Amino acid sequence: MRRGVRERRSGPQVRAHRRIRDNGGVSLYRDEGVVLRTQKLGEADRIVTLLTRRTGLVRAVGKGVRRTKSRFGARLEPFSHVDLQLHTGRTLDVITQAVTVRAYGESIVADYPRYTAATAMLETAEKIVAVEKDPVLRQFLLLIGALRTLGEDTHDPRLVLDAYLVRSLSVAGYAPALEECARCGARGEHRAFAVHTGGMVCTVCRPHGAASPAPESVRLMAALLRGDWRAADASEERHRNECSGLVAAYLQWHLENGIRSLRLVERS
Amino acid sequence: MYEGAVQNLIDELGRLPGVGPKSAQRLAFHLLAAETADVKRLVSALTEVKERVRFCAVCGNVSEENECRVCRDPKRDSAVICVVEESKDVVAIERMREFRGRYHVLGGAISPIEGVGPDDLRIKELMTRLSNDEVTELILATDPNLEGEATATYLARLVKPLGLKVTRLASGLPVGGDLEYADEVTLGRAFEGRRSLEF
Repeated sequence: MRRGVRERRSGPQVRAHRRIRDNGGVSLYRDEGVVLRTQKLGEADRIVTLLTRRTGLVRAVGKGVRRTKSRFGARLEPFSHVDLQLHTGRTLDVITQAVTVRAYGESIVADYPRYTAATAMLETAEKIVAVEKDPVLRQFLLLIGALRTLGEDTHDPRLVLDAYLVRSLSVAGYAPALEECARCGARGEHRAFAVHTGGMVCTVCRPHGAASPAPESVRLMAALLRGDWRAADASEERHRNECSGLVAAYLQWHLENGIRSLRLVERS
Repeated sequence: MYEGAVQNLIDELGRLPGVGPKSAQRLAFHLLAAETADVKRLVSALTEVKERVRFCAVCGNVSEENECRVCRDPKRDSAVICVVEESKDVVAIERMREFRGRYHVLGGAISPIEGVGPDDLRIKELMTRLSNDEVTELILATDPNLEGEATATYLARLVKPLGLKVTRLASGLPVGGDLEYADEVTLGRAFEGRRSLEF
């Protein structure tokens, strides 16, 4: 608005350089993204945190979203994949238009274990990306894929969550060493897992306090990292639990901040 | 920066929700210019609300006595319990003047991302109330957003073994709106819950 006032005062010479309907400095951009989190702002607005395809992590204001007659309706709820038009603001961008690409929320929320797993994914995505407006296409695609799999309900939600967690860590550059020693690089199936060394360690490199998980649990983690669902689906409950524990510890170590929703993830 | 008391007042007012530094300053100067009697009334209203208001022992709604007005009213139907997130929702439903049952205020919704789990809400108290045979229907009136839906799903699953009738408030098109602006989720729900018109 302030820009408009300045233009009016700037006289005909300046305006002559501009084409008709050229709105110059108003920076609108379009992107698609997944809603990660919403926070209340003022009376009826919400701050919406999104992971977008081209811009990366974006925090934007959805004006009037909380009103029952809002034109955004349910489009800006977490788990929604939306096509957006945004307006660059000083600290937060403003969402001007939103169209649903796919609403994953409906099918996820109908099942409590799936909801808790999906919430942990969104929180992890937000914490792992951390830097705003830095494109992270692979993280975006990974999240979309994980939400789709969860919505289809073809695998145990807990496995989908763990697969997402190890793969997003791997995309971020923290892939756990599972088929070689994290310290000396000796290949083979090692017995000890030490979070702070970066994965499995051989008997020589094994530090004090390393865990000794069942080989099946480590194989399950490797299968999840590779995307080998046949092997993952065939795993036993106790190995899934152990694998989840290892993945959670590994994730929390690398992210420094804890993932609050992991505590509330429920097994189906 | 102002001197002592005025700055103090501005700081305190600025801590209220939706009040920024400028509005806090405007409010402070309004109070400064107001009649002493008006300011005293405000002060007594503030102290009274902290001293007298507490939460109903049965439903968790705000109340001035041990039990709230709805829980004390013998004419209300004890067979139907409406579960809401906040006391504000009780007022919203009461304004409708159609619901004659009782309420249960959870004190929020399940939101793992904020660290709020089922144990942080008044769910245990609800289960105790439901173990009483009097209740036949549970209406889940949590907010129609994701956290509210998840809370409703959780409660429905928890209550299922009790064999009660569990209902969820309908969602669909707002009265006075245009169909073309409805989002896909809301429109989908409206289709799902369509009714036959019988004359």
